[in-house]
Amino acid sequence: MEFLGLSALDLARMQFSFTIGVHILFPAFTIGLASYLAVLELLWLVTGRDVFIQLFKYWIKIFAVIFAMGVVSGIVMSYEFGTNWAVFADKTGPILGPLLAYEVMSAFFLEAGFLGIMLFGLDRVGKKLHFAATSMVAIGTFFSAFWITSANSWMQTPVGYSINDVGQFVPEDWWQIVFNPSFPYRLIHMVMAAYLTTAFVVGAVGAWHLLRDKTNGGARMMFSMAMWMAAVVALMQIMMGDAHGLNTLEHQPAKIAAMEGHFETHKGAPLILFGIPDMEAEETRYAIEIPKLGSLILTHTLDGELKGLKEFPKADRPNALVLFWAFRVMVALGTAMALVGLVSLWLRWRGTLYDTRLFHWSALAMGPAGFIAVIAGWTVTEVGRQPFTVYGLLRTADSISPVEAPAIATTLATFAVVYFTVFGFGVFYVLRMMGKAPVGQQPPLDIQPTVAIDSLISATSGKGNSNV
Amino acid sequence: MFDMIDLPTIWAGLLAVTVLIYVLLDGFDLGIGILYPFLDKDKERSTAMNTVAPVWDGNETWLVLGGGGLMAAFPMAYGIVMSALYMPILAMLIGLVFRGVSFEFRWRHPSHEGIWDIGFFAGSFIATFAQGIVLGAFVQGINVEGRAYAGGWFDWLTPFSLFTGASLVVGYAFLGAMWLIMKTDGGLRDRLYTMALPLMSAVFASTAVTSLWTPFLSPEIFDRWFALPNALYLSPVPVLAAILAWRLFVNLKRRNDNKPFFLAMALFVLSYGGLGISIYPYVVPRAITVAQAASPDGSLGFMLLGAVVFLPLILMYTGYSYWVFRGKVKEGEGYH
Repeated sequence: MEFLGLSALDLARMQFSFTIGVHILFPAFTIGLASYLAVLELLWLVTGRDVFIQLFKYWIKIFAVIFAMGVVSGIVMSYEFGTNWAVFADKTGPILGPLLAYEVMSAFFLEAGFLGIMLFGLDRVGKKLHFAATSMVAIGTFFSAFWITSANSWMQTPVGYSINDVGQFVPEDWWQIVFNPSFPYRLIHMVMAAYLTTAFVVGAVGAWHLLRDKTNGGARMMFSMAMWMAAVVALMQIMMGDAHGLNTLEHQPAKIAAMEGHFETHKGAPLILFGIPDMEAEETRYAIEIPKLGSLILTHTLDGELKGLKEFPKADRPNALVLFWAFRVMVALGTAMALVGLVSLWLRWRGTLYDTRLFHWSALAMGPAGFIAVIAGWTVTEVGRQPFTVYGLLRTADSISPVEAPAIATTLATFAVVYFTVFGFGVFYVLRMMGKAPVGQQPPLDIQPTVAIDSLISATSGKGNSNV
Repeated sequence: MFDMIDLPTIWAGLLAVTVLIYVLLDGFDLGIGILYPFLDKDKERSTAMNTVAPVWDGNETWLVLGGGGLMAAFPMAYGIVMSALYMPILAMLIGLVFRGVSFEFRWRHPSHEGIWDIGFFAGSFIATFAQGIVLGAFVQGINVEGRAYAGGWFDWLTPFSLFTGASLVVGYAFLGAMWLIMKTDGGLRDRLYTMALPLMSAVFASTAVTSLWTPFLSPEIFDRWFALPNALYLSPVPVLAAILAWRLFVNLKRRNDNKPFFLAMALFVLSYGGLGISIYPYVVPRAITVAQAASPDGSLGFMLLGAVVFLPLILMYTGYSYWVFRGKVKEGEGYH
């Protein structure tokens, strides 16, 4: 049964990619932000400097709004496996179910249980216990990433299972299942992506307030911390991405072929910089290539063999057009982030990190870069898993619930309207909070530009308010 | 090691307790939302929301454990129930979206408070009504063929499921009112005391109707309750309900702030137990049993290990959080 020419399968896939795509944006931000808040509070406890608690209070309000949006969009996910993908849930439940249950028990409860104290409890429990609560929330976000990435990775590289007489995947070796071959790479890649996403948002907010008032101590501190993060993690992320790619080549060569736009198998494959992969014609049109570089990157030898998509049956190929471009968006943004990090090191060394307006504008423009890169990266890994839900074993078309197309269309339309409205308001509130300067406006002091940062910070700090 | 224990039964019990904890805890959160239109705009609504602001997220997490646990322990049942109850489940989720964000959004813009008051009420109401429909549609039975749901997308819609939907709205509102009586004072508490007896009457009336209606849904449930000797064993259930009603009435009359909340919870536990009697041993009523739908012991045992480690910890720090925010919330005492 179809609805407006779309099958139940099309609609279910649209609904899942829309709801997961929106949801992933919130944890991508809160995983990093929870850690940042824990670091700020620790620095406050250790140094006693007001700027840290002021930044903590500034970001925790934003955290609360983002976290709430993450919670409500996340609950949807935990039921959507059943509503839209009942056959998938039945077949993979014995393996993925326990992983999700561990996520709930070790992560969601931890986050939710201590969030109340983190948001409202400073006056009631005191500084140290409050810091412990903040840390628990941060640890919870990491546990959550651990389990959900493990579950996702098992769908990409399934091991440690057998298939029982009713066609279910059943566990044989939990250690192998949890630590499946692509999991360590995907986990580190994702957590670093979350840290980078947070760093560039914090950096953009810092840059915005530096552009308005470069003496603002809070803005200087957040900008400085964010740029350290960008400088260190962005370069590591590029190396990690390379390792992840090699792992994918080993386990999912068709995904790599689609990402690279290769239909033919090559020895000494070129790197196709740009082009338009055409799935029907089985070629990448208008390709701009660099000879041998593809093999060099992926096999670390000039004449290494790279399999093309034609090696795989037509029905088993992921969509190369989507993968090719999503991958390039991610790599371009990753490179830009690393560049910002490197420039920040140079400016810091020259002592002009807080004075270079062009750089502040660049950092501001890069504010959403992490989110776009995360979506692009997840598009690569998830579209690259198609046409399977469990790679090579269970087809997406065979995973769907016996639900009629109009039902899915109705709920898809409702999700679209509700998410755009509700999360539109949420983004508006967050931007509004970010628009406020982190520490009260500067009194017109006759501070010389050469004054040390520390005295600036103490001059800008307001009265400490223990009620977060 | 797990050969000695009947893991499917343990997990059926654990999931039943999980859902019960969810109903008790998020029940009063959602109830506050349902009562929102009856509260004074200026101060009472803020105070009411603040009584649950630090704990609502943890309360809602039991629902996620219920969903995730069902998928893990009884994957076939999870797939069947979610496909069959597609529309009310998604309505519940969308209701929870509005309810959840309202906790934060309400305080973020001075002129948007009204929008999120409506969001909080409508979200709570829709989520609760949908949960009640899910309950009714589940109890009345689901059309299964093989390992899959075999009905249409409106099979859940019957007078019975609509009635259980409405009953749960009344029930959660009552829990919410009892919670607020315990957690607030002044004008807000007085207002709730005036609403308490009518709400209580509605709760007992709808519980009685549901209890009498349910056995007539199927001969199997009828025999479970009315055939001898079961009828004798089960006769304390209505007696206990009558005692609870009496204690509630007395304590509300005496304006004892704390006891009514716990008596209301006891009433929910009792009703839930009665429901269990009607359903056991099925995980999809009268179609799929616990044993048929269970994951292999390798899955259930692995998960039980986690439950043994984590559930006591969860109960401890959840208890700690409630203890930190104990006592009455004063009007105007804002966290935000």
